[in-house]
Amino acid sequence: MSTARDKEKARLFTRRALLLGGGQAALMSVLAGRLYYLQVLQSDEYSMMADENRMNIRLLAPLRGRILDRTGTEVASNRQNFRVVLIREQTEDVEKTLDRLSVLVDVSEDDRLKVLKETRRKRGFVPIPVMENLTWEEFSRINVHSPELPGIHLEVGEKRHYPYGNLFAHTVGYVGAVSERDLRNLEPDPLLELPGFRIGKSGIEKYYDTPLRGTAGTSRVEANAYGRVIRELSRQEGDPGEDLELTIDVRLQNYAVERMGDESAAAVVLDIHSGDVLSMVSVPSFNPNSFTTGIGVKEWEELRSNPKNPLSNKAVTGQYPPGSTFKMVVALAALEAGVITPNYKVYCAGHTMLGKHKFHCWKRGGHGKLGLVDSIEQSCDVYFYDIARKVGIDKIAEMAEQFGLGDKLDLDLYGEKKGLIPTMAWKQARLGERWQVGDTFNAGIGQGYVLTTPLQLAVMTARLANGGKKIHPRLVRNKFGSVDGLDAGSVPEEMGISKSSLQYVLKGMYDVVNGRKGTARGAKLDLNDWEMAGKSGTAQVRRISKKERLTGVLKANERPWRERDHALFVAYAPYDNPKYAVSVIVEHGGSASKVAAPMARDLLAETLKLDPVGNAGPKSAWKLRGRDA
Amino acid sequence: MLRELGARETNLTLTKKILDLNWGLVLLICIVSSIGFMMLYSAASGDINPWASRQMMRFAAGMVVMFVVALTDIRIWLKLAYPAYAIALLMLGAVEVMGVIGMGARRWVEIGPIQVQPSEIMKIALIMALARYFHGLDMAEVKRITYLIPPLVLIAMPAALVLRQPDLGTTLLLVAGAGIVFFAAGVSLWKFGVVIGAAVPSAFFAYQFLHEYQQKRILIFLNPESDPLGAGYHIMQSKIALGSGGVFGKGFVQGTQSHLNYLPEMRTDFIFSMLAEEFGMVGGLVLFTLYFLLIAYGLAIAIRARNQFGRLLSVGLVGVFFLYFFINIAMVMGLVPVVGVPLPLVSYGGTSMLTLLVSFGLIMSVYVHRDVYISPRKY
Repeated sequence: MSTARDKEKARLFTRRALLLGGGQAALMSVLAGRLYYLQVLQSDEYSMMADENRMNIRLLAPLRGRILDRTGTEVASNRQNFRVVLIREQTEDVEKTLDRLSVLVDVSEDDRLKVLKETRRKRGFVPIPVMENLTWEEFSRINVHSPELPGIHLEVGEKRHYPYGNLFAHTVGYVGAVSERDLRNLEPDPLLELPGFRIGKSGIEKYYDTPLRGTAGTSRVEANAYGRVIRELSRQEGDPGEDLELTIDVRLQNYAVERMGDESAAAVVLDIHSGDVLSMVSVPSFNPNSFTTGIGVKEWEELRSNPKNPLSNKAVTGQYPPGSTFKMVVALAALEAGVITPNYKVYCAGHTMLGKHKFHCWKRGGHGKLGLVDSIEQSCDVYFYDIARKVGIDKIAEMAEQFGLGDKLDLDLYGEKKGLIPTMAWKQARLGERWQVGDTFNAGIGQGYVLTTPLQLAVMTARLANGGKKIHPRLVRNKFGSVDGLDAGSVPEEMGISKSSLQYVLKGMYDVVNGRKGTARGAKLDLNDWEMAGKSGTAQVRRISKKERLTGVLKANERPWRERDHALFVAYAPYDNPKYAVSVIVEHGGSASKVAAPMARDLLAETLKLDPVGNAGPKSAWKLRGRDA
Repeated sequence: MLRELGARETNLTLTKKILDLNWGLVLLICIVSSIGFMMLYSAASGDINPWASRQMMRFAAGMVVMFVVALTDIRIWLKLAYPAYAIALLMLGAVEVMGVIGMGARRWVEIGPIQVQPSEIMKIALIMALARYFHGLDMAEVKRITYLIPPLVLIAMPAALVLRQPDLGTTLLLVAGAGIVFFAAGVSLWKFGVVIGAAVPSAFFAYQFLHEYQQKRILIFLNPESDPLGAGYHIMQSKIALGSGGVFGKGFVQGTQSHLNYLPEMRTDFIFSMLAEEFGMVGGLVLFTLYFLLIAYGLAIAIRARNQFGRLLSVGLVGVFFLYFFINIAMVMGLVPVVGVPLPLVSYGGTSMLTLLVSFGLIMSVYVHRDVYISPRKY
């Protein structure tokens, strides 16, 4: 046994052990240094990252602004949407829970499969929608039984609702889910990304989507790594959308839709002083409520294939030849140009010749000798061929433009059509052909190239009735930023048409309804001592052939619906103190005086009864004692 | 004769042994383990169940085992060194043949109702066997290369088996722990230089044979931000937890990274991140200090021991303990790749707790029998 060796061994060991200890201490100080680096030097950066991890901003959808009619009645509102959701992790057996639920409410097989599929795909704490739009009875039934329905929760959301259904489908429009295209085209708004968020898809809902939408609120929540919300940290409520007030009167709108029945037709009622659109109807219509939750394929196909075209708003997108309703414009153009006087007379033999072409009057035997007022009353075509030729197409076009024809009226709707008022230059540019006198003849009776919309005809009538003031139609009474509207106090621009010229034309319109030979004498207004003035118009859908003329034109109701003429009527009332103007077009309606005129009269009568504008209009309005003219 | 050599009596009474136990070391172990209980209590969002309570029961059982080991005569441990190694090696072989597959690797064998992780047993058994081997060599023999071949075989066999499981982390721990015993035994420094010099090129070579997930771990370790949602997620979230803790931390049971589940494996491998998030740098440094004291205590016992077996056993076990601690902390701080090494005494887990307490039992046994003379040739 060697003690010396042992001692040496011990010394070597001690040395090495101390070296090891030193090495370990050195490594530990590396760790301490790293700790200092992470927790002191880089602490701010990592604190921020930790906050980014845990905090989540959630958007709170604002309540969409309501749309009211001019009396304050809601035509688009938000309705509580009762729905049932399922949270998987709170129930032991999803199938069993659904079975129990279907005892209380009718859960369709499709819904059931959809829920089961979703439960497999989503995390356990994510609520999965089971059913929407429950009735209050269903809602409370589930509520009472909730202890037996683990995982089933009831939620109350907001849903757009149109209480008047199809009455405002075209004007107010509807809302729908945000599409990929919307995301590309609309101004960026985080709300658009919110699941289930709805934006305006047509009509006023689309045009005023931004003010109606409001601004998003935010909720800062703490969420864990799986996305489950632990708690809300702070909440900032958004601003609800603004309420919008329409110029339309819901009572009148309702009346108009009912009055027009099953026709394919459009009508516009205007306040002639302010331009307020009191009613704008396009029938048939559709139920916008079907669109807010996503329309079914079958319903959509039915709407699309309907020949009466329920999806289009004929009042602003339908373009029709104005027919004889255009004659007031032609007459004013001739009078103002000085090519005729009110006493100018023309002999109507039932047709007139232009070279080898024969231009017919609607009355086969002819009207005989007629002056201006009489030719409007009886709608003599020959008279207007004559004066149209005298004044020329370009002067007619100028006058038509003054009355709002041939261009957009900038109503607050998308898709408004311009119509068409032809000129010589237009024909040359568009068709590459010279303007012919025959074209002027056709334009003189509102046929040929001339196209107008029902809204334009209503505006034309209003501008005639208010004594030549350039009122602009408007649908919304609020003023938003850049949107035009007529302020209550502002005075519309004068068109500069002489009062005497107007008086003769209006007298002609008075006689159309009230005269002995008036084309619409059957549509006389029989309400108090109010009288109306108007003008009928027929838009040919199909040319009348020579053979037909010889054998006698078939009566409207004898022809197939598609080939019947469009029936038009424009009117205003009361005649001696005008307030309201209306235009009516019945597609393939046949006789203007038998179909469109009574409709226009009834609309005016209802408008006068309701008197939505009341005494708000200017009292000293332009007065005209018709019978004295 | 023994007294002449300055050694104390070799036949100690039980009472004497108990009085002679390192109660300071016991106290340190209790404090560090209690920090673990606290963190497990926090991990359950302020509930002693389910983790803290189970860990405490394991700790209690482990303490009993530790005392039994500590009071057992060091010479018995010396005698058991080779048999223990042989059993552990057999069990590792059994894992290879009939092991239970978990987490994509074969690590456990089932003996009756209990699952045993032989690689954990081998960590102690290898140190014991190497200490036993070098105990029997004198200075001159240690210097000779031929005498180094048997211990290298002792290392190579379990290392190869563990690597096949595959468990790279444990393999490295075994090799590094063995290296510490070699170093303490007096193997000349240049030999280490040669081994390390050879290891670096062969590491590149071995890289090719690693599993894809192991290669990925190394690559992601080099740049964790490159893959924030994939495998780099663990390191990134751990660093965020540490960094956002700051100097004083977010407060007990207030860690957002941990309680909102951003921090992965927060009860086991990443428990330190949670501690440093809730108690900040102050908490982290307190824990470092406690570990430092534990290690220093172990080294002091090694230096104080009069028999080579005790010295090497103690220094080797302390070395393994240190390696656990260092690799775990370096890993959660993003200094070394994620290798799945628990934080000793703190991380949740029964096997590792038991292994560590047995290690401390052996270290205490070295202290209690520090003056026992054991002849190098006698056994």
